[in-house]
Amino acid sequence: MDEEVERSDRLVNAPRWLGRIGWGAAVALPLGFLLLFFLWPVVSLLSVGLGLSSVGGSAGAGGEAGRGSLGLETFRTVLADARTWRVLGQTLAQAICGTALSLLLGLPAAFVLYRLRFRGRGVLRGLATVPFVLPTVVVGVAFTALLGPGAPLGWLGLDQSFLIIVLALAFFNVTVVARTVGGFWAQLDGRPEQAARMLGASPARAFATITLPRLTPALASSAALVFLFCATSFGVVLVLGGRRFSNIETEIYRLTVQYLDLGSAAVLSIMQFVIVAAVLVVSGRLRRRLEHANEMRFDAGQGVRVTRAHLPAILVFTCTSLLLHALPIVALVIRSLRDGDGRFTLVNYAHLFAPPATARLNGSVIDATVLSIGIALVATAIAMLLGVLVALVASRRPRSRSLRRGIDAFDAFVMLPLGVSAVTVGFGLLLTMHRPLGLGFDLRTLGVLLPIAQALVALPLVVRTLLPVLRGLDPRQRDAAAMLGASPLRVLATIDLRVLARPLGLALGFAFATSLGEFGASAFLVRPESQTLPVMVAQLISRQGAENYGMALAAAVLLGLLTASVMLVAERWRGEVASEI
Amino acid sequence: MNQGLEVRGVTVAYGDAAPAVTGASLGVACGEVVALTGPSGCGKSTLLRAISGLEPLVAGSIEWGGHDLAAVPPHKRGFGLMFQDGQLFAHMSVAKNVAYGLNAQQFSKGERQRRVAELLELVGLPDYGGRAVTELSGGERQRIALARSLAPRPRLLLLDEPLSALDRELRERLSGELATLLRATGTTAILVTHDSQEAETVADRVLEMRAGRLVS
Repeated sequence: MDEEVERSDRLVNAPRWLGRIGWGAAVALPLGFLLLFFLWPVVSLLSVGLGLSSVGGSAGAGGEAGRGSLGLETFRTVLADARTWRVLGQTLAQAICGTALSLLLGLPAAFVLYRLRFRGRGVLRGLATVPFVLPTVVVGVAFTALLGPGAPLGWLGLDQSFLIIVLALAFFNVTVVARTVGGFWAQLDGRPEQAARMLGASPARAFATITLPRLTPALASSAALVFLFCATSFGVVLVLGGRRFSNIETEIYRLTVQYLDLGSAAVLSIMQFVIVAAVLVVSGRLRRRLEHANEMRFDAGQGVRVTRAHLPAILVFTCTSLLLHALPIVALVIRSLRDGDGRFTLVNYAHLFAPPATARLNGSVIDATVLSIGIALVATAIAMLLGVLVALVASRRPRSRSLRRGIDAFDAFVMLPLGVSAVTVGFGLLLTMHRPLGLGFDLRTLGVLLPIAQALVALPLVVRTLLPVLRGLDPRQRDAAAMLGASPLRVLATIDLRVLARPLGLALGFAFATSLGEFGASAFLVRPESQTLPVMVAQLISRQGAENYGMALAAAVLLGLLTASVMLVAERWRGEVASEI
Repeated sequence: MNQGLEVRGVTVAYGDAAPAVTGASLGVACGEVVALTGPSGCGKSTLLRAISGLEPLVAGSIEWGGHDLAAVPPHKRGFGLMFQDGQLFAHMSVAKNVAYGLNAQQFSKGERQRRVAELLELVGLPDYGGRAVTELSGGERQRIALARSLAPRPRLLLLDEPLSALDRELRERLSGELATLLRATGTTAILVTHDSQEAETVADRVLEMRAGRLVS
């Protein structure tokens, strides 16, 4: 016995500093990446816009009084402009209505997909991830293909209307509500409802008085997330809003690209950030409460058999799937198979390989597709590496309170790219990366900025997919492993990483699909000779001529098909896990 | 005493709250089974976690065989801990769970398999190696958790309410089995329980805790 003690005494102190270095690197790598490629570009852009520094000058050196007042002056001008308030009003109105509609349609979908037991439920759940990851330009083009001028439902007069934007926002976010609320609902113990029924409550009353209050944390947290997605939506509003409708995001784009008015763009960026930060703080609070309440159960319910009482929910779910989701996509596919005169043909798809001379494209759509896939793969690798590190760090609950606060701040910081306009990030990168850190190589010409920008956009989604699973792990599982003699490294490998493997497929799918479809930042960073697929679709749709429109439709189908199939494969590969998205 | 466990004046606190354990001192000789009883919330589980190394001490010392364990992390102490709810690893089979503690030691594959079979036999579930943990009943889970804790031959086994989650009949039967098993394997152990009858059945000596302090 004594020998054992001595042996272990000698072994003790060696790996401690090793652990510190390991965790230090796990924090430093994501943090350094975000500081260099996110915070610095964004802050530089804002300070240039507000006149605090000049292009190419060092950021954050705006201490002089004269320059400071210049920044305030910009603020005053922008805030005095009626257009600013109109844009802000439109952004909030779109986001509020989009969120409300998503909740209204998402709740029945959550019930059908996660509470009822029927054949094919798994397949339907898998399909429900697809609308969320479809690129915004694809959905924008699909909605114009159904409701635009000359489209099958063009007579409804919804083209360039407020309603079409809200519908498109709901297209993405109904499934977000269904998945986040559904995942929570599936884990709820059904006995309180049964108790209410035995006390004489009707199914409707049991739902309203027992189920709905219990779902509130999930609903609120999901609403905050959806509001965030709606308020920062770029592609949808750009494609569908036309001249009459915009939001802060498209306005920043318009100001920077068309008017080079960086000052006003910077003020709008800050306004958007304030809104987003407020929403993030609220949703963070709600999420923490939710994680607290949502304990994993060994015997999670299998769901209930379908009865006649469920008919209203099933009806709403069916209508949502068929009218809101399937119809625009079907219209897109059918119209992509027709030429300008309405005859069925494959000529639009042939043009993807060999564009007509009139299109004046640099290379074919297929070239852009191959390039996009390559870029998205690199972006996925970056986002996954950083995402796993962030999830491991953020799931720690050390004893020291200041360390815990630090970890919370780290978690919040990684989420920031969700809330800062992708347009701002793209333009900021363009502005700063000609001399990164004062070094003499121009990153803009190396073609590395696109995958970096896409990884920035994908990172929060990866973290929000991995983190809940790790946080759901009982910390005593790690204690149990340690008490069986496992070193910290072995605990990490056999407990944490094994648990992490379950949502890994889903996170990979999210990362690749969002990278492939990323539009806001890419719009700034692509070079004319090497375009990504979403940027090319947007470019084609904005041009005149039936041939260009036909190619845009076919390219949108290709892009949608790619992202959807990636997501469906990823879905098959994962276990049953509750993601926050 | 130069053999076994020696706990001297141990105080444990969570955050700024009043200490969960205050000035606890106790000794456990090799081969002895000591029970720690008291009402829920009296600090007996906290004291157990402190001995295991999972909770840092505010004051006091813990020694094994005359050596201070302050600098020894939990996984190097050579102690075993069995949780109230087993804490089996749901992503591993029963056999993998039982073998988990053997992988840290230098065992060959054959030895490991033999040891797992031996332990499963010992807890009366010989053919359960290939099963998934999620298929087990509550009683079976605790038996496997016990087998897993015993497999690496811990020099001290800490049992944290190992039978409390089970129904009474099963608890009475298993407490008898547990007593026999600990004697048969010559295991030194501390059993935490709020059931004084269970404590009498299993332990050589019963200590009582109240409001964070050892009485009697």
